[in-house]
Amino acid sequence: MTTTAHLAGSISGSPYALSHLDVLESEAVHIFREVAGEFERPVILFSGGKDSIVMLHLALKAFAPAPPPFALLHVDTGHNFPEVIAYRDRVVALHGLRLHVASVQEFIDDGRLRERPDGTRNPLQTVPLLDAIETHRFDAVFGGGRRDEEKARAKERVFSLRDEFGGWDPRRQRPELWQLYNGRHAPGEHVRVFPLSNWTELDVWQYIAREKIEIPGIYYAHEREVFRRGGMWLAAGEWGGPRDGEPVETRLVRYRTVGDMSCTGAVDSDAETIERIIAEIAASRLTERGATRADDRLSEAAMEDRKREGYF
Amino acid sequence: MTGATTGTPAAAGPESLSTTALLRFATAGSVDDGKSTLVGRLLHDSKSVLADQLEAVELASRNRGQESVDLALLTDGLRAEREQGITIDVAHRYFATARRRFILADTPGHVQYTRNMVTGASTAELAIILVDARNGVVEQTRRHAAVAALLRVPHVVLAVNKMDLAGYAEPVFARIAGDFTAYAASLGVPEVTAIPISALAGDNVVTPSAAMDWYGGPTVLEHLESVPVAHDPTEDPARFPVQYVIRPGTPEHPDYRGYAGQISSGVLRVGQRVVVQPSGLTSTIEGIDALGQSLDVAWAPQSVTLTLADDLDISRGDLIAPADGAATATREVTATVCHLHDRPLAPGARVLLKHATRTVKAIVKEIPSRLTLDDLSHHPDPGELVANDIGRVTLRTSEPLAMDAYADSRSTGSFLLIDPADGATLTAGMAGEAFGGAKGQGAPSAEDAAWDF
Repeated sequence: MTTTAHLAGSISGSPYALSHLDVLESEAVHIFREVAGEFERPVILFSGGKDSIVMLHLALKAFAPAPPPFALLHVDTGHNFPEVIAYRDRVVALHGLRLHVASVQEFIDDGRLRERPDGTRNPLQTVPLLDAIETHRFDAVFGGGRRDEEKARAKERVFSLRDEFGGWDPRRQRPELWQLYNGRHAPGEHVRVFPLSNWTELDVWQYIAREKIEIPGIYYAHEREVFRRGGMWLAAGEWGGPRDGEPVETRLVRYRTVGDMSCTGAVDSDAETIERIIAEIAASRLTERGATRADDRLSEAAMEDRKREGYF
Repeated sequence: MTGATTGTPAAAGPESLSTTALLRFATAGSVDDGKSTLVGRLLHDSKSVLADQLEAVELASRNRGQESVDLALLTDGLRAEREQGITIDVAHRYFATARRRFILADTPGHVQYTRNMVTGASTAELAIILVDARNGVVEQTRRHAAVAALLRVPHVVLAVNKMDLAGYAEPVFARIAGDFTAYAASLGVPEVTAIPISALAGDNVVTPSAAMDWYGGPTVLEHLESVPVAHDPTEDPARFPVQYVIRPGTPEHPDYRGYAGQISSGVLRVGQRVVVQPSGLTSTIEGIDALGQSLDVAWAPQSVTLTLADDLDISRGDLIAPADGAATATREVTATVCHLHDRPLAPGARVLLKHATRTVKAIVKEIPSRLTLDDLSHHPDPGELVANDIGRVTLRTSEPLAMDAYADSRSTGSFLLIDPADGATLTAGMAGEAFGGAKGQGAPSAEDAAWDF
């Protein structure tokens, strides 16, 4: 092998080189500014998870010293990690942002949605999301989805047109060339925008480390009462778990993703610092969703089906 | 880490990963050429396929009655693709080694998917074109080479696949590499790297082949890791399309007026004289804010905010360029286009033209010719262009555009045509002459072969 001979192309070779994080950051900022320039009522989907936190950080940088010209929208399943809600409210107050909340619980309470037998609320988010988009007439909705997450997402555009039902039709996607994003849409339609399309899980963590971004404590290793279901550690909590025959134990865990408590699994981890999280992810042999999301294990096309319905 | 292993994310410390460069590349080839197998092999052997993904592929392979794991299934995304056993759309793949982060645009190769290859190539710095060692350079290979040349992908790799079925014979490889390199040169491709591989057996994809000791060059992955990505931006014209004007109007920043955008090519400096197009007003760069960091110099593709010494009327869609090196603003655009939409494009069509951050009305004046990519023959007056057609188009715009030749700038030489009625993306355009000095008759001559990146 010719290792040394091929190091010539590494970025140290040129004074004009940029690291992959610099390139990804500039690309995401470009996307935010395109939306600000071409849409009337954009909104950032903000769950308090790491991807939405990075999105907000990029939006703050893109328009400084002015505030970002976007509100935040949280689709709240009601099965929240309290630390994440506390983080959300702190960030909103700190930056003087406007937060809209679309509540799954409200939809269940007034009968517009019915609780699923398995108690999972992730798929139930689509209806309140589309309702909020329609009510507030949002024309661009930023999501933190990344193409490396899942194979249906691998075919997603940066600007993804949704029809009046919020649906995604993979066969009718607009080709996306160069950095020319086509955001034209008819009244009632909207565009989902994914500024982190080209980021990987590792990029997100490296960027959080580089930018010293505060994240909710549940991403770091901590002791928690958990029980085993579907090969994952789920948190015992008000949302309904555990059932009979699912013994609870206290383990040292952390979360790789933050979602609805009923279907987001914790991973065994002693990573208490961002550096150790990065090392852990770089060495992991499981994808983020494979390790932590029960809802994507349902079928080969679980995500594709949810996206067609209008999911994130 | 020893020199004997190819880097994996696991082998690299977090620090080295945070300073690696990014390479965007595209692959082109049909199912029969083993493209999906190559991509699967690249991901698998570089340890980029994780256990749960491999498990899913193993299961899918078994369900189809296959005994061995079909790595091609790694790249199938959508249900329709799995059902039909074909790739319909561009899929993006992400992987990293200790030396680089990669973004792969995996594009289908059949003629009806030319638009997808054009899409994938538009952002690629490198294109891998596959041929079957038993078939050599065929019509499809020439088409793929032409797309890479047309989109001005800086680096082209010819992967001669299935060498195991050609006895790993050097003369087979040498003949195909020679044929392809000659053809590519006629298209103006400055440099081709040819690599003999077997994607199925893994020869020269990630690890060097034990069966081809006559080959002394890099494996595919070694080449991807070492090809220069950071070329010298000082050679390029500086171009700054204004995306958004930042005016906080707050007590802390009552008079701040910053022009937000991404430098699309070249280098900008504080103190530089600039002209705003299309107005022609001039000023001097007073400050460059690179996302919170004040800089004296910035270059493509950095996103920055510029402040100017003079209070000018500048808005989204304007283009800031060096006062002594601006493109000429024009309302007449001549371009080579790839038609993308199922509705044909015909002379007289009223469209929107999106160039950098500016969208203007335009009329398709003429479609002088259609180009057959297989043999580069021109067909005059085709009447219309249908999906996947490449052709010459002249347009007249409602307002002047500061458009560069695509040969000079891939970002400010490119544009989209959009249907004003439903917003559909119709056509991808590249201003100026196609290929390196093509004169519009038959194969271009090799004398104007060099590109200027």
